[in-house]
Amino acid sequence: MENLKALSYDLRKNVVDMIVEGKGGHIGGDMSVIDTLVALYFRVMNISPENQDDPDRDLFVMSKGHCVEALYAVLAAKGFFPIEEVIEKFSKFGSQYIGHPNNKLPGIEMNSGSLGHGLPVSVGMALAGKMDHRDYRVYTVMGDGELAEGSVWEGAMAASHYKLDNLCATVDRNRLQISGNTEDVMAHDDLHERFRSFGWHVIDVKNGNDIDQLVAAYEEAKTIKGKPSVVIANTVKGCGSAVMEDKAGWHHKVPGAEEYEQIIKDFAERKEAL
Amino acid sequence: MNKIPNRQAICDVLMEQAKEDKNIVVLCSDSRGSASLAPFAKAFPEQFIEMGIAEQNLVSVAAGLAKCGKKPFAASPASFVSTRSYEQAKVDCAYSNTNVTLIGISGGVSYGALGMSHHSAQDIAAMAAIPNMRVYLPSDRFQTAKLVRALLQDEKPSYIRVGRNPVEDIYTEEDCPFIMDKATTVAKGADVLIVACGEMVRPAVDAANLLKEQGIGATVLDMYCVKPLDKEGILKAAEKVKAVVTVEEHAPFGGLGAMVSQVIGASCPKKVVNLALPDTPVITGTSGEVFDYYGLNAQGIAKTVKEILQ
Repeated sequence: MENLKALSYDLRKNVVDMIVEGKGGHIGGDMSVIDTLVALYFRVMNISPENQDDPDRDLFVMSKGHCVEALYAVLAAKGFFPIEEVIEKFSKFGSQYIGHPNNKLPGIEMNSGSLGHGLPVSVGMALAGKMDHRDYRVYTVMGDGELAEGSVWEGAMAASHYKLDNLCATVDRNRLQISGNTEDVMAHDDLHERFRSFGWHVIDVKNGNDIDQLVAAYEEAKTIKGKPSVVIANTVKGCGSAVMEDKAGWHHKVPGAEEYEQIIKDFAERKEAL
Repeated sequence: MNKIPNRQAICDVLMEQAKEDKNIVVLCSDSRGSASLAPFAKAFPEQFIEMGIAEQNLVSVAAGLAKCGKKPFAASPASFVSTRSYEQAKVDCAYSNTNVTLIGISGGVSYGALGMSHHSAQDIAAMAAIPNMRVYLPSDRFQTAKLVRALLQDEKPSYIRVGRNPVEDIYTEEDCPFIMDKATTVAKGADVLIVACGEMVRPAVDAANLLKEQGIGATVLDMYCVKPLDKEGILKAAEKVKAVVTVEEHAPFGGLGAMVSQVIGASCPKKVVNLALPDTPVITGTSGEVFDYYGLNAQGIAKTVKEILQ
């Protein structure tokens, strides 16, 4: 697992490079969610470029589509496309590496960007799995600010109604959204109770930037029968460098030259300290 | 008078095809009765999914099912599925290119006196403006059946709007010419072209008959395929006539009339008059009363034709 932790710092650097080259990106959320993506793609899900057309592969929907840079970095590390190409072309004129997930790219199942779509779409995928008696699992990652979308709860209701134990959602609980603290914008501190009251199994991950804890949570979810599971990953927005950590201003920002130097230095030091 | 509404024709085809094709899935939002899909739900419980009163979820779930190889038909009142779940239609169906057929039932002013919340007079404009979304308004039960069979042959998203009430037949079981995405010529005449869709095809044909008695020849195009619009068919039919009239159960903006006018204006300039619902909540009444009040009937169409030919 230490290798994966090191990998997540390397991928953080790729994300920052992408954002600098593309002159824009949701850097704070990328940093909070990237460990979740590394855990899912490298330890939990049965998905790779080799089996991407296999009807039994696990399915992933990036509901918080604005953090596509983190997804690109992870998909590239899995071999779906070359990272050099992503960094060079991200957000550039005519690029296929758009600022939100697009399923014309290998490894991306569904387009997203508008919030509150990933969970309902995943419910459809999980229902199809049940109808066809397939063993695949469906994963989706939402932001915490995203939970204010009503469609999330329409999906949550249907997932428990249909006992979709092949569905596992993640909330990237970094407690910040573009306007500030989530609890000031629209409170979610009773999140666990809300999901429980909707009939879900809730798994709290104390450090949602710790890949060991995340993998343990997803393994627990696999054992839960008769209901969907949600992993509430308590993460740090901007995780990886003190320059960005816990600062709402880094929701969408391009680091300047000095900030870039410091951020890359911080990544290297933390990787070293593993 | 035919007693079978187009929505029931959809159910009949889906029931016939679902026996062989287990990937056909029907989803409703507490709307199986109003969609005439209750018999499907009863006969194929494994292929029917009730989503409750949650249209956004209805459409996204359909897209997720389609991604996994299912052929979902999501049916909900047109007023809700075309606007409440508009973004889901745009992103999850059209943008993600999933094989979802959205069925807008009780379209237009079908719900009559229930008022504007239940009317869908903007669904053509809304759905047609989405890239990769097709829009179909079949005119009668025979054409509806052929359309649904054709849609089962491809894997692209589409929106079908049908009305609540039975409409008089345009075609017969034996004689229902249908080419996918090509308008059907239902009357031929040299003076005027009437382009209509959905439930407005019947009064357009009746208007052509009235005009014929008065020595005016009208060609009537059944433009069930509003998008992709049969531009070739329009231009061919418009070439020799003096003027064009469009008729639709829709707001005056962004619908069939606007689309036909664009084509005529660009490639075959001549006078085009759009008959449509007004830009206001419509008068209270049954759909028939509403049509009569706004001249969306045979007499109204014939009157307009005579005025513009003068």
